Amino acid sequence: MTKLTMVEAINLAQAWELAHDPDVLVMGEDVGVNGGVFRATAGLQQRFGAQRVLDTPLAEGLIAGAAIGLATQGFKPVAEIQFMGFLYPALDQIASHMARLRSRTRGRLSCPVVLRMPHGGGIHAPEHHSESLESLLCHHAGLRVLCPSSPQRAYGLLLAAIREPDPVMFLEPVRLYRLGRQEVEDNGQALPLDRCFVLRRGEDATLVTWGAMVTETMKAAEQLAAENIDCEVIDAASLAPLDFETMLDSVARTGRVIIVHEAMRNCGVGAEIAATVAEHALYDLRAPVQRVTGYDTIMPLYRLEQDYIPGVQRIVDAVRTTLIE
Amino acid sequence: MLRFGMDRNHTVASFTIPGRQWLDADGQCSGEPPEFARQPAEMLAMYRMMVQTRLFDTKAVNLQRTGKLGTYPSCLGHEAVHVGVGAALRAEDVVFPVYREIGTKFWRGIAMQDILLYWGGDERGTRYADSPQDFPFCIPIGSQMPQAAGTALAFSLRNQPRCALAYVGDGGTSQGAFYEAINFAGVQRLPLVTVIVNNQWAISAPVSTQTAAATLAQKAVAAGIPGLQIDGNDVVGVRHTVAEAAARARAGEGPTVIEALTYRLSDHTTSDDASRYRSADEVEQARAVEPLLRTRRYLEARGWWNEDAEQQLRAECSATIEEAVKQYLATPRQSSDAMFDHLYANMPRNLQWQRDLARRYAAHR
Repeated sequence: MTKLTMVEAINLAQAWELAHDPDVLVMGEDVGVNGGVFRATAGLQQRFGAQRVLDTPLAEGLIAGAAIGLATQGFKPVAEIQFMGFLYPALDQIASHMARLRSRTRGRLSCPVVLRMPHGGGIHAPEHHSESLESLLCHHAGLRVLCPSSPQRAYGLLLAAIREPDPVMFLEPVRLYRLGRQEVEDNGQALPLDRCFVLRRGEDATLVTWGAMVTETMKAAEQLAAENIDCEVIDAASLAPLDFETMLDSVARTGRVIIVHEAMRNCGVGAEIAATVAEHALYDLRAPVQRVTGYDTIMPLYRLEQDYIPGVQRIVDAVRTTLIE
Repeated sequence: MLRFGMDRNHTVASFTIPGRQWLDADGQCSGEPPEFARQPAEMLAMYRMMVQTRLFDTKAVNLQRTGKLGTYPSCLGHEAVHVGVGAALRAEDVVFPVYREIGTKFWRGIAMQDILLYWGGDERGTRYADSPQDFPFCIPIGSQMPQAAGTALAFSLRNQPRCALAYVGDGGTSQGAFYEAINFAGVQRLPLVTVIVNNQWAISAPVSTQTAAATLAQKAVAAGIPGLQIDGNDVVGVRHTVAEAAARARAGEGPTVIEALTYRLSDHTTSDDASRYRSADEVEQARAVEPLLRTRRYLEARGWWNEDAEQQLRAECSATIEEAVKQYLATPRQSSDAMFDHLYANMPRNLQWQRDLARRYAAHR
């Protein structure tokens, strides 16, 4: 087995599907000859040809819209939006059409499309290159929204996304692209795309997070473990739909929940999780729900980005808050 | 191709936009009519569909006025474009409409009760049993264009001799999506035929508020593809021009933009009152050159049509329309399940309980 970075695992999953499903296409800005600005599609055009790995004009609305037109003819486009901050021009196509075509035609037309996009900050990128906009997408019925947090999960979830008959927004945490390596077996095995992953078992508090914040959250859990505070860490992975069963089961045991995300607090996915915990598990709670999130500000330029992104200490402190009897 | 430096003081590019018309307002054909226009069966089929479209349209407006249909966008005056396009295409081509093009939809076998269902608030009106790949109406202006380019790309990648036909209005050409789509079609030489239905009004905005360009057709030039302007009230010209463009598209010769000049004789929709922003005088002038009149004159001049035939056709159309209306009005509404059932191929668990909740409260209505 090979040890891969997340970006290599994402590349491998696309290669697997290109090799095994003739209807799969990869498209986007700089994905072909250049292999993607993060190298997520490196070598794919050389291997599969320019008919299957297409360089598009620099127009995100066109990329998303053309993917719809391709999908309704039986193709399965895997399109890259170069950075999540450039998602906005594509939103009209995603929200007005991609998300609703199956419903509005009562199942006659559908959009098996994957839109891959780098998510979040922390890599000293320029303005507009570090956004966490998952809430925008989760607020549209008809979409699925995934955010993997390891090379293995990126591989398995991307395969699942490509095979799903509905549009999947695939958010790739840029901080994790090359953060570490993990053994990834290139066996074409997909992971379920509507389940959480429990990364750490614990009885004292439930930490729910996703994407790059998994790193800080796991560190916080380890730090607290040294003080005999035993945290369960859940990688939500699927942000739409959310796997509430797994989260509520955990909260029922621990009685404490701390939600950690990089996106801004207001109307963040964490709010949905907190509200659902309140609706279904209020009497299991031994302390108020805590949220550790990005601030309700614009994502700053990179000199301040570490002030914006929640750090380990904030998470540790939030957990401690729930432990004060 | 990369270029470095340039010669000074040269014209580096120039272009012309051809304008074409076959049938003038009197039904006279300038020059030799195309082959199909010399065949009574072909011309009569188009004329019948134009009449049916107009009668349906009138009926739909009346249904809205009497509370039996939701907001409805009339196509009064657009019949030549819509039927001409329908007749120019093949069944295996795919149409991306805006929201008025019922003449094209009827030509492609889409049922009248489907159109009524859609504007009557029921998604089942987009099921299009006889035209299963055509897109439903597209209300966000211009946003159908990139999708049409994507479908054209699918035909191109699969080497299928088919074309995508995208409608867009004069207002729609102001949208970025319009340019993005024709630009991409130019780059990839896609089999995309774009018909700009320039009916001169985008709700209350005349074309002069949309662009300073002399024609909308010339927007094609910036995409590196041919653009031309035709008389959109001339069904012969529409069919001939679109058929030519479609044939070139299917043969791998690339996209075309056709601007069809017509006039919206109706309000924008049943919720609009066009008298607030345009003169009755202007509408009267436009009515004098409307499409049905000239088609009928062309047919009558050749002895293919007369008043008796007209009356018989109108009676037949009305009967068909009444039957469709009856079916529409008799269609029971969907259950609340319909909101949930078609959202995903595999329904997420959190939707299942919401579906049950809606079901429970729907029972109390």
